[in-house]
Amino acid sequence: MKPVFEYTNAMRDKITHYCPGCSHGVAHRLIMEVLVERGELGKAICVSPVGCSITAHQYMNVDMIESPHGRAPAVAAGIKRVHPKGAVFTYQGDGDLASIGGNEILHSAERGENICTFFINNAIYGMTGGQMAPTTLIGMKATTCPAGRDLDNYGMPMRMCEIVQTMDLAVYVERVALNTPAHIRQAKKAINRAFEVQKQGLGYAFVELLSACPTNWGMQPAKAMEWVDKSMIPYYPLGQFRCPEEVK
Amino acid sequence: MAEKKLMKGNEAFAVAAIAAGCRYYFGYPITPQNEVPEYMARELRAAGGHFIQAESELASISFIYGAAAAGARCMTSSSSIGIALMQEGIGSCIICELPCVIINVMRGGPGIGSIQPAQADYTMVTKGGMNGDAHNIVYAPSTIQEAVDMIYKAFDVADDYRNPVIICVDGMIGQMMEPVVVPEFKPVLEEKDIEKVKPWALCGHKNKRDRNKINSVWLDHTELEVAINERIWPKYERAMKELPEWESKNLEGAEAVFVAYGSTARIAVEAMELLEEEGIKIGLIRPKTLWPFPDAAFDEIDKETTKVVISVELSMGQMLQDIKLALEGRYPTALINRVGGMLLTPNEIVERTKAVLGGMK
Ligand SMILES: Cc1ncc(C[n+]2csc(CCOP(=O)(O)OP(=O)(O)O)c2C)c(N)n1
Ligand code: SF4
Repeated sequence: MKPVFEYTNAMRDKITHYCPGCSHGVAHRLIMEVLVERGELGKAICVSPVGCSITAHQYMNVDMIESPHGRAPAVAAGIKRVHPKGAVFTYQGDGDLASIGGNEILHSAERGENICTFFINNAIYGMTGGQMAPTTLIGMKATTCPAGRDLDNYGMPMRMCEIVQTMDLAVYVERVALNTPAHIRQAKKAINRAFEVQKQGLGYAFVELLSACPTNWGMQPAKAMEWVDKSMIPYYPLGQFRCPEEVK
Repeated sequence: MAEKKLMKGNEAFAVAAIAAGCRYYFGYPITPQNEVPEYMARELRAAGGHFIQAESELASISFIYGAAAAGARCMTSSSSIGIALMQEGIGSCIICELPCVIINVMRGGPGIGSIQPAQADYTMVTKGGMNGDAHNIVYAPSTIQEAVDMIYKAFDVADDYRNPVIICVDGMIGQMMEPVVVPEFKPVLEEKDIEKVKPWALCGHKNKRDRNKINSVWLDHTELEVAINERIWPKYERAMKELPEWESKNLEGAEAVFVAYGSTARIAVEAMELLEEEGIKIGLIRPKTLWPFPDAAFDEIDKETTKVVISVELSMGQMLQDIKLALEGRYPTALINRVGGMLLTPNEIVERTKAVLGGMK
């Protein structure tokens, strides 16, 4: 009998430490499935961030290095210069990418580093226990803004796709979400396009994946999925900001 | 014999790295080392290499962390406050056992400090700077030729120990010109051979082996203790046996011994000659490695004649502490120093030496 579905062998045989309902596991699996389908697993090199996914090498079956907090794009750019045919990608949370690593992400985009970045935006610092992120929404509670993020102190949440797409060599920029089956299918296509951009040497590819952190949002997983639709997507609109003809 | 060329220190450092097979340089501008990146920008690409002006020193050391993990010989350079900014990355290279070479052309500090030559990064480079139990291997050349030879060798030492190697010079050696012989160009490790030479490197597993992981976080802290005890420290114990280098001069019959490194050692030698003319015999120990510090050099001091060991340095006695540890109380010590970017002159050293000796009578 022909199997209709198989768990990707690119995920290592290991139970993840992620909380129930966390989007990290979904994102990992999508990236691994895409790499296998593209025949690029063997040449993939991942730079993992400081955040809940720092030990993603326990789960993703690709060569991997843990980066100091926020520095992943520069680390990946160093790797890519040594292995120009590699499928090199960074996997970063919002604290890592938008806060402490804001400079590296902008300059990698500006230089048009031929790498992919998968940006897990869960609007909170997961690993350190729910502090405010640059992407925390106005009014949203976090341990360091217990009354909710306020405009006076912290200004508006950062929309990274909108910022990155101002760099001409960030040729592929798309925001997707991981909260419904339909969104997850779109996300997989976006991940595939990002690797295709890299393969064709077109420039920098940036995919933002709106994600859930039920634990630090203080919600049941199902509620958290709804919250992505209700609260995140209105402020962080899904869609393609830039996409080269070659991969459309 | 190879031809001698008149070269500026900073440019000679860059040539030495290219000769050693380094094809990856990443750096951020800072005085007094700008000629290093500028030379690399002109020459490295022509040599088939990669030069990137990084957006910050944080990025420079992160490029290094990536390129070293990918298996390449790579180098960055900076000065004092820029090296301070790199510390998290340097510590990460150490625990991840990633070889790299870093040139620190020292200037005055702390803070932005001054752009004049200084040696006040001694403690930062030899004792840490980075968090955790870690060491850099540190060379301190006193001529441009010696710097060239040390940089040339540093890439092999870094690969052997899988640890960062820092070449610590001051702005004077970076900026002056001297004749140098550039060593023979070594063959470059090609991308296709990295896997064989560095099986730990990230090259992609090609569906042929388990994935390589390079990690610096330890969720099980007992494993971190094991890593430090069983992987990092045995290397340092070997380094302490194999690497210390020094030069000594006129120790026999010396009334006092100067300990000085880098450009300060050159000025100390001039002061020794002036003192000799006045009948005061001074010896010299010139550490060429600052870590591991050449403790054994101090066993050669003349017990019969030496009354005091004097650290001559451009910092507030930072090296003096290592001298005291090496002496284990065998001799009194003294300090002759200037700081903040001020230099010692031979005459000043002469006068201050006489004061030290006078105070001992
Ligand atoms: C230099 C440095 N500063 C702070 C930390 C502590 N730290 C660890 S994870 C983290 C936040 C990560 O949040 P995010 O990027 O949103 O990822 P998530 O955990 O939500 O996936 C911080 C601040 C660190 N490891 N290094
Ligand atoms: S804390 Fe949040 S981001 Fe981290 S594993 Fe749990 S749900 Fe996921």
